[in-house]
Amino acid sequence: MEPVLHSEQQVGHRPAPFTHYLNENTSLWDWMTTVDHKRIGLMYLVASGFFFMIGGLLALALRLVLLTPKHTLLGLTVDADSYNKLFTLHGAIMVFLFIIPAIPGSLTNFVLPLMLGAKDVAFPKLNLASFYIYVIGATMAVSSIIIGGVDTGWTFYTPYSSSFANGSVAMMTMSVFVLGFSSILTGLNFIATVHKLRAPGMGWFDMPLFVWGMYSTAVIQILATPVLAITVVLLAIEKTLHIGIFDPRYGGDPVLFQHFFWFYSHPAVYIMILPGMAIISELIPTFSKKTIFGYRAIAYSSVSLALVSFIVWGHHMFVSGQSQLATVVFSALTFLVAIPSGVKVFNWLTTMYKGNIVLASPMLYAIAFLILFAIGGLTGIFLGTLSTDVHLTDTYFVVAHFHYVMMGSTVTAFIGGLHYWWPKMTGRMYNEKLAKIACVLWFIGFNATFIPQFIMGSQGMPRRYYNYLDQFQPFHAFSTVGSWIIGLSLFMTLAYLLASLRKPCDAPDDPWGGTTLEWKTSSPPITHNFADQPVLEREPYDYRPAATAGKH
Amino acid sequence: MSAHEHTQHGGPLAMTANLVALLILTGITVGASYINFGSSAANVTIALSIATIKAILVALFFMHLRWDKSVNAIIAVSGFLFLGIFLMFDLIDLGNRKDPIPRNVPVLAEPTKVPESMNPLLTPAPVPYVAPAKPAGEGEGEHEGH
Amino acid sequence: MSTTTPELHTHGDHSHGGDHNPYHQHHFTTMEQQFDTSKIGMWTFLATEVLMFGGLFVGFGLSQGKFPQEFVDAHHHLQRWAGALNTVVLLISSWTMVMAVNAAKTSDKAKMKMFLIATFVCACIFMGVKYYEYSHKFEEGLLPGRFYVSQVTDTLKACVDGAAGAYGPAGCTHGYATFFSFYFMMTGLHGIHILIGMGLILWLLKNADKFSAAYYTPVDLFGLYWHIVDMIWIYLFPLYYLIS
Repeated sequence: MEPVLHSEQQVGHRPAPFTHYLNENTSLWDWMTTVDHKRIGLMYLVASGFFFMIGGLLALALRLVLLTPKHTLLGLTVDADSYNKLFTLHGAIMVFLFIIPAIPGSLTNFVLPLMLGAKDVAFPKLNLASFYIYVIGATMAVSSIIIGGVDTGWTFYTPYSSSFANGSVAMMTMSVFVLGFSSILTGLNFIATVHKLRAPGMGWFDMPLFVWGMYSTAVIQILATPVLAITVVLLAIEKTLHIGIFDPRYGGDPVLFQHFFWFYSHPAVYIMILPGMAIISELIPTFSKKTIFGYRAIAYSSVSLALVSFIVWGHHMFVSGQSQLATVVFSALTFLVAIPSGVKVFNWLTTMYKGNIVLASPMLYAIAFLILFAIGGLTGIFLGTLSTDVHLTDTYFVVAHFHYVMMGSTVTAFIGGLHYWWPKMTGRMYNEKLAKIACVLWFIGFNATFIPQFIMGSQGMPRRYYNYLDQFQPFHAFSTVGSWIIGLSLFMTLAYLLASLRKPCDAPDDPWGGTTLEWKTSSPPITHNFADQPVLEREPYDYRPAATAGKH
Repeated sequence: MSAHEHTQHGGPLAMTANLVALLILTGITVGASYINFGSSAANVTIALSIATIKAILVALFFMHLRWDKSVNAIIAVSGFLFLGIFLMFDLIDLGNRKDPIPRNVPVLAEPTKVPESMNPLLTPAPVPYVAPAKPAGEGEGEHEGH
Repeated sequence: MSTTTPELHTHGDHSHGGDHNPYHQHHFTTMEQQFDTSKIGMWTFLATEVLMFGGLFVGFGLSQGKFPQEFVDAHHHLQRWAGALNTVVLLISSWTMVMAVNAAKTSDKAKMKMFLIATFVCACIFMGVKYYEYSHKFEEGLLPGRFYVSQVTDTLKACVDGAAGAYGPAGCTHGYATFFSFYFMMTGLHGIHILIGMGLILWLLKNADKFSAAYYTPVDLFGLYWHIVDMIWIYLFPLYYLIS
């Protein structure tokens, strides 16, 4: 396969082999004590990728149990408690150990300083600390599985979690506390980096949109995660000391727990989607060879999405016993939060219009994102509408909705971004043909898994149930087969990406023809990122020929 | 960040004056707590307002926000602003529940006695329903609507 | 709206050609950029502290809305003078901290150490008063949650939430226990932050020789942390001790 080369961007010959961040200081101790954002990014990639695999295997197990209404897994009967533990762990691992830390920790850590023309993030040692705190939190989460498992659902609702659930709930919630700190410190680092470490000549509106997206994500991480921290602490104290805040037996209010929980967890889903959108804002202009349409609109919509995400959390609680006034207010605000997302989708589409589209594998993932996010986002509106939500809440419709936005959108964008920046990170190009096949399999498998779930949900199939009425069996079976296709696609992707590492390290500096600063340095970059301090000369996504290029 | 640039403002005199103001406000708030301003809402409002003034003085002067770059103040304000949002929406919910939450009612009172007529252990079991036998062939115009 | 373009005019000691500040990290262009960045980082962290403690404040406030009478009755068991004394002590410690930062900025190491020690002493007084208050509560049985065994009134004496979670006799409500649960949680978490602060002051004292006008960032940032801890107490004091 030929990498897509853009002649203007191909930087001059570099004597190979040259010293870069991967082959300099290669002892284990060097890696374990590194403060280089690129190495930390790789470590996050491996760690979060590992937990993605664990969470994915749990999902495959879940879908196998649901293949028939007899709740068996490979011949063994699965009882309700075991099933509850399966879906709780799938959810908790995917949310806290993968999707929240993955893009900020791996791709952003790697790319953000390069895009800003900086030598590192603002606080490199804090970056390493963030990673180790993540590892500690992840270890605690895994140990909670070993000591008995958690069966409360990833949402830990009271009074079940405070009164009746078993002891490993405390370990899992404490692991969430620790992971929250990792998230906070990462966000803190990015905020300081974006404010202070931009290259000379790079004002706020000269930054790539990826940076805007990650800045908005960091704002949410800072403002929302502390409330999660205090929520799990209060839950743990409620369990042990019976203080009377969440458990009605001691005078508490279970809906208050939900307020505390969702005040973080709703903005958390924007911590998940904003990095995905940030990646798409990079992929689309590069592979349409056209400047992004509506730069400021996308920048402002990223920030407003982050801010408005804080005032809609009650839409997870429409039937929980909230007051009617709160329900109506939250529903109205939920319609509001859909607007910035819509702005972005239209801007991306308009960017593609009359562009010179290159259907390289990252672009295929970007196009898949557009389709899957449109479905996911629109179905969110159905759930935000009170009259329909009463029927759809706690059904498979909700499950399908959030998988379309978290998996069909964020994970799709993550894989697309991983392909896009793979040559930059590793200095190798992967097998493009296999990548395209894997992307098609991903798209087919994903839709096959989750479209039946929309239908089932609208017909009343409840979520978190380990068996079901016979009428739902064809849908469940179809969905399970879809999950196998997803598994195949992901294993394929892992295989060809790993296989690419055996090739010589000879990727060009800018295989895709990108215009942002990370493409101005070698693939892989030297340890200090740039030989000389880059100065920004062109506007972002400026695809005009060099003669007319340049900042105004 | 040189020395003389910063001692032109925020010097020891200003800081000491700030301390005195804070101590005076502390005295006021303790004194105010002995006065009943009518409703508990008024008492709370007065106490929290004085606390807020103190907090602002600490932030502006002790924490140097008065002379710092504005980004720091924006970050500080955001923290409080979003906390306020959390509180506000919680109050919209908890303040408007129509269902009665028992207040000052013993949560652990004796269970209400079930009247004997409703006690399943005392009332005789209901007689199972038997549909009346339909007379064959009679057509008296009985209305058989469903 | 700040870019990283280093400012050309820099008063102070880092414009000397060839002089390299040993605390200058290589990814920053100037010490000023490094200092400003550190401040932004610290303020961001403090915003998270505000939100974390704020969650507890919200929980307390909403619980007070549920049990208004019990909370008022319960708060009479707190000693107003102790709270007021602690408020005064913390305010003074904030002032001594500001003096310490000023001394560091003017390279006056002796004064800086003196004011740091004064801050530490204030913190000790605070913790001492806290210890007195807590032991007084323990004696009276005013403990959090299920350990609440108040001997203060006959009615409340019976309000014991036993290990098995059994209900108490009639007339017993949870408001008192909840009040003290929150009291211990919030003052406890605050106390932990004071203890951490005391540890950090010791660290600053140990490293005092490093700090001068050329580099006093840790002192400044610790000062910000200390003022936030003070600010939390400024709100804790009226809510717990004064409102009736």
